[in-house]
Amino acid sequence: MDFFIGHYNYWIVIFLMMVGLYTVISRGNLIKKIIGLNIFQVSVFFLYISLGTVEGGAAPIIAEGVEVYSNPLPHVLILTAIVVGVATTALALALVVRIKESYGTIEEDEIHNLDHSL
Amino acid sequence: MIDIVIDVTLLAFLAITAVATLHLTNLFAIVMLFGVFSLLSAGLFVVMDAPDVAFTEAAVGAGISTVLMLATLALVKRPQKPYYAEAPRAHRPWLPLVVVVITGSALVYGTWDIPGFGAPEAPAQTHVARYYIDNALQETGVPNIVTAVLASYRGFDTLGEVVVVYTAGVAVLLLIVGGAQKRRPGPGMRGDQMRPNLILHVIAKFVIPLIILFALYVQFHGDFGPGGGFQAGVIFSAALILYALVFGLDVAEKIIPSRWLHKLAALGVVIYAGVGVVPLLLGGNYLDYTLLGSTQVAGQHLGILLVELGVGITVASVMLILFFAFAGRARK
Repeated sequence: MDFFIGHYNYWIVIFLMMVGLYTVISRGNLIKKIIGLNIFQVSVFFLYISLGTVEGGAAPIIAEGVEVYSNPLPHVLILTAIVVGVATTALALALVVRIKESYGTIEEDEIHNLDHSL
Repeated sequence: MIDIVIDVTLLAFLAITAVATLHLTNLFAIVMLFGVFSLLSAGLFVVMDAPDVAFTEAAVGAGISTVLMLATLALVKRPQKPYYAEAPRAHRPWLPLVVVVITGSALVYGTWDIPGFGAPEAPAQTHVARYYIDNALQETGVPNIVTAVLASYRGFDTLGEVVVVYTAGVAVLLLIVGGAQKRRPGPGMRGDQMRPNLILHVIAKFVIPLIILFALYVQFHGDFGPGGGFQAGVIFSAALILYALVFGLDVAEKIIPSRWLHKLAALGVVIYAGVGVVPLLLGGNYLDYTLLGSTQVAGQHLGILLVELGVGITVASVMLILFFAFAGRARK
């Protein structure tokens, strides 16, 4: 039971990561691919934050009477990664908008067909 | 114990939401579910003692990125009904399934060697993190260790991240703001303005000032409580995006003209990089704030405040640039 609780977070992280990866590989709609990529990304955030959690720890803000703190380093890496993540997602969405305007579709199969029929 | 129960439940909800986004074919529903996914994530970050991360995820994931995706959907929807449907795939995706199952099994096998969740003696807790927790307050005078590490110990890293955010903003501008005039408006290209709604207007007028006030608090109190430039920037821009959604794009653009935003985004990076140059001129190292004040703690504190201000300005303006880029494209 302890082993299960101790590793449950990591298993869910892997599950989310694989759902994201599967969405990216198997779905042809570009918006859906981006959502899959985002799910993958959030699972990496959970991996880092889970690794930084300490049992009985408090948020890493020094306060009187608190002895144990969670690891601040993953928090730093992930909070910047979230903002960078939304900026790069916006870049991907902008590319999708341009693809739609050039090809008239955002389905991967149809874009391939259009490319080959030229 | 209750922490574990909440943790287990929220993670299970996350897994269910992720599978639901995979199964649905209506893109509108998928985007809304992804907003729910982000909100659940933010709750989970609070349970895992990461309030700074939770702030950011709540404002970015459930707010800004959902709005950006909805704006994109308006731009890429199909000319006929169903507008937001995903096309069915022609073949069964067996190969991806095999790839994913094999990768997943290998990763699960790898978790056997990870120390259990929350183990205090895990390698991740015993090296540099120990140093930060023991020394951050004495060396920087900032009780929030996350802020101290972000702006001071790992200042170079954060400068890089701010530049990446700025670059992404510039790239989006180049991609979808220039050249939009040449295109003739096709079906679905008209910006469907939200109809005036009295309840929304009254609530928005009441809530938006409070959100902006909270963003300023998060910005300038970020060294004592949870917060900092990244969190404040996204909360601030979320307030203005809400304003633009409720009162219309034209009104919002009058309050914050785009040309200001372009300059402000660059200004934030210049403030950050400029604060780094000052100690260089005083004979120290780049981004070594110790020389900025009479004592080490005073210098570090001043440096962290200025750098966080630069981060906040850049992040808030880039988020607004992104929103206006997508929303403006939909209107043309």
